[in-house]
Parts: sequence; structure tokens; C-alpha cells
Amino acid sequence: MALKRKNGRKLDELRPMSAEVGIIPNADGSAMFVFGKTVAIAAVYGPRMLHPQHMQNPETGILRVNYDLLSFSVEDRKKPGPSRRSQEISKVTELALLPAVDINEFKNTVIDVQIYILQANAGTRTAGINAASMALANAGIPMKSLITSVAVGKLDKELVLDVDDEEEHFEEGEGSTDFPIAKIYGTDEYSLMQMDGKLPPEMIPKALDMADEAFEKIYEVQKNALKSYVSGEDVK
Amino acid sequence: MSSMRTSNITKDTLRKMFLEGKRFDGRGMFDLKNFEVEYDVSYKAEGSARVRMGKTDVVVGVKMQLEEPYPDSPNKGNLMVSGDLLPLASPRFESGPPRFNAIELPRLIDRMIRESGMIDLSKLCIREGELVWTVMIDIYPINDDGALIDAASIGAVAALHNTVIPGIKEDRADYVNRTKDKLPLSDETIPITFTFYKLGSSLVLSPTREEEEACDAKITWGISKWNGKHMLNSCQKGEEIPFKKEEIIKIVETLPKLYDDTLKKLKKFLK
Repeated sequence: MALKRKNGRKLDELRPMSAEVGIIPNADGSAMFVFGKTVAIAAVYGPRMLHPQHMQNPETGILRVNYDLLSFSVEDRKKPGPSRRSQEISKVTELALLPAVDINEFKNTVIDVQIYILQANAGTRTAGINAASMALANAGIPMKSLITSVAVGKLDKELVLDVDDEEEHFEEGEGSTDFPIAKIYGTDEYSLMQMDGKLPPEMIPKALDMADEAFEKIYEVQKNALKSYVSGEDVK
Repeated sequence: MSSMRTSNITKDTLRKMFLEGKRFDGRGMFDLKNFEVEYDVSYKAEGSARVRMGKTDVVVGVKMQLEEPYPDSPNKGNLMVSGDLLPLASPRFESGPPRFNAIELPRLIDRMIRESGMIDLSKLCIREGELVWTVMIDIYPINDDGALIDAASIGAVAALHNTVIPGIKEDRADYVNRTKDKLPLSDETIPITFTFYKLGSSLVLSPTREEEEACDAKITWGISKWNGKHMLNSCQKGEEIPFKKEEIIKIVETLPKLYDDTLKKLKKFLK
């Protein structure tokens, strides 16, 4: 028997998405990405000279990612400043973005990507990656393609897409599983993969297929936001 | 010399050898290093284990203390995993604030244990909302010769199986008059992590330090059994190079048998 999602979504239905580019005038590139009630904003600064100098790499540019939750984005106020969780997400986000950007020519420089969550309702790292990907493109950083990201979930025995906060606390049967994935769009390269929960190994191929279908939809949202930013600029 | 990174020559040699399915130590590509488990690293700990996996050597200790529960789980004990990559264990580990690898290791073990449900934390509640046991697992490598996470996962599971709950005196842990009680652990669910590495198009398990440093990507899976079925409990992809779909599927397909074989060896050591 198929599982009914409390929020009324179909198993493979994403939350409503929206995206906007160029939201932070000071940044070289910026974007917002929304999955339902989860809102992520990202800014890109650079390439710029990396200080302290001893951290510079004469062979390539460096990508440096910082992800964090704003203190009021969650129910129990988050103490400002990096936590182990945010440090881990910053690093895996950096690794998710890095294979898509071509920064070898920007020697000795750094490209800083700052991601903040205004409102957290599950899927913050995936929304953050989608926003950062657009912000990098907006900053004119040479890229192979956009990076698209979504979490496949599992509620009891059923795979679902893009779980929200309430679903993340689902405890019946096999409980709730979270399987965030990122892919360089249009390639066969999965650059982020994390998971916690209970997922039978034989369900992995189907979970990846579900993510692939979601990436098509996410890419459309990203592309349209970038396009409307560019055409908006033409009008000015 | 020991602090030099793997040279390009070694990397090239390994790349060629891996393509032929060969390794310096003669193992197959998906052969785990041999391991053994010892106990009683410290009699002051509630439980402890030392795992030697090839030349990688890790100690894991469990301490327990009475604390307030977390607000979102008032009737459950707390679990905390931490550790440090001691400069004692490798020329590559440095003192100072923890680098990413030092943050990642305990978090991966935490997720493997927590998500597998191997500990019944609800049985570690003394008074709901007031007093519960906190189980603290600490992981320290003594010598890192690669595949540290996988050795640590075995060490953590062994140390938990070896743990004896302290007594309670005036709402505090009594470490002198211990109970004879073990932790409420599942007989069936015994999680283990397996970390696969990639060099070029070759996949390899349980690398030595030299192999590990030559590789460009890694992915760690935590797996256990639950209600008679294999269950993946945790996953994390690391390093800069992505994985292809067929590579992920190939890795995942090898996991159930790899887990069964490794569990059989591990069970010989579990008390």
C-alpha cells in the first residue's frame, strides 16, 4: 500500500521551488533558493587575493565555502558561530561545488562562497548548494555546469523526494531516512552524497533515479532565475 | 621523509597496478585488512577496545555519566561521539583546533551507531525529563596507516559491547561500585563502516596510508542488519572527485556480503 504523505505531496513531488539571482548588490554573485519553507541565500566574493599570503596556492585558485544557520532560522535559537555540524556541511558543500568550477587559472586567489539559511524546514544543505551554484554562475566563475541538489528521503519503506521538517521526524516502521545528493547537471558526476537512517542497499539505484528526475526540475528553476536576471539587466 | 606526501611516481604506479587489480601487499581490491580486537585499554573506562587493522591502530573508550536528557528526547539516554587525530599517530596530524578530518571521523561513527539503533537509548533513562545516562565514546588513533574510519567503527562497536554500567549514588555515577549490567545493545544490529576509495577508474577498499593518499575520492557507508534485512545507516562522500552512478551501485552491491564476512570475524572478538 502506497504511503500517503501528510503534506499531500506525491512520493516524487518536490516542494514548491523558487529562486532569484542578484539579491546582494555588494557580492560578485548572489542568489536565493527556496524549497517550500526552507530559504537559503548565497553570496560569492572573488576571485580575490587570498590572505594570509601563506595560504595562497600558486598552482590554482581556492574555493572556500561557509554554510551556517542564522540564529532565528530554527526553533531553538542557534548559538551564532560555527558548530561541528555547520563546519561539516561547509566542507561537504565545498566538495559538492568544486568539481563544477574551473578555477585553476585564478592562481593565488580565493573564491569565497557564503551560504546562510534564513528559515530552516529540512533540506537546508541542498537548498544552500542550489543557491551557491547560481551565485557562482552569477559571479561569472567558469563552470562546467550548474550543480543541482536534493534529498531523497524514505518514510517507513517508501522512497520520497525532498522531505520537510515534519517528515524528518517520522518514526513509524523503518522511520525517516535522509539521503542528500548533489550532481553536476548534465554529467554522471555525483559530488555530494550523505545519508542517515535505514535504507536497504537494493533501493539505492531507485533513489538515485528519483534524484536524477528531481535534478531536471531544479535545473529549470535555476536556469530560469539566471535567465530572467540577465534579461532584466538588458532592460536597464 | 615520513611527512612527504605520496609522490607522483607512486601515484602513477598505483594507478597502473589498480587497473590490473594488483596491490603492493597482494590483497584483492575489495579485501579488508586483517584485524584483531583487544580489550581493557583502561580500567577507568566503562568500556574500551583497541583495534589493529593492518598497521592502523585505534583505541576507543566509553565513559558514562548521569545528566539531564535533551529536551527533544526526555525519556532517552544521550549519545556523544568525539575524538581527536593525535599528532602521536601520524606525521600528518597536527596540534591545534580540529581540522575537517578530525571533525568528520566522530560524526561518521556517531551517525552509524545512532541510525542503526544498536543502543536502546530508552533503557538508559533513570527519571524521565530529569536524569539519564550519557554514553560518551572517544576515539583516538595510535597509528594511522589508512582506513582509519573503518577501524574506528569496529573499535566503537567492540568498546560498546565491552561496557559495564556504573553504579548510581545520590544521582551521580558511582565508578567504584559498578553494576554487572551491560549496555542495552541489540543482538542483531551490529553496524560497521566500509570506506571505498577511488583512483582514476579503480575502486579500492581498506587502503594503506600510501594507497589512501594516492586516491582522489572516497565514500563511507555504515551498514547493519535490522529485522533480518541489511540496512545502510550512514553515508558520506569525501574528497574532491565525484562518483559515477555505476560506481556507487557497484560499491553498494558488494556491501551485504562484505558486511556478513566482516561481522563473522568481528563476532569472534565481541564479548
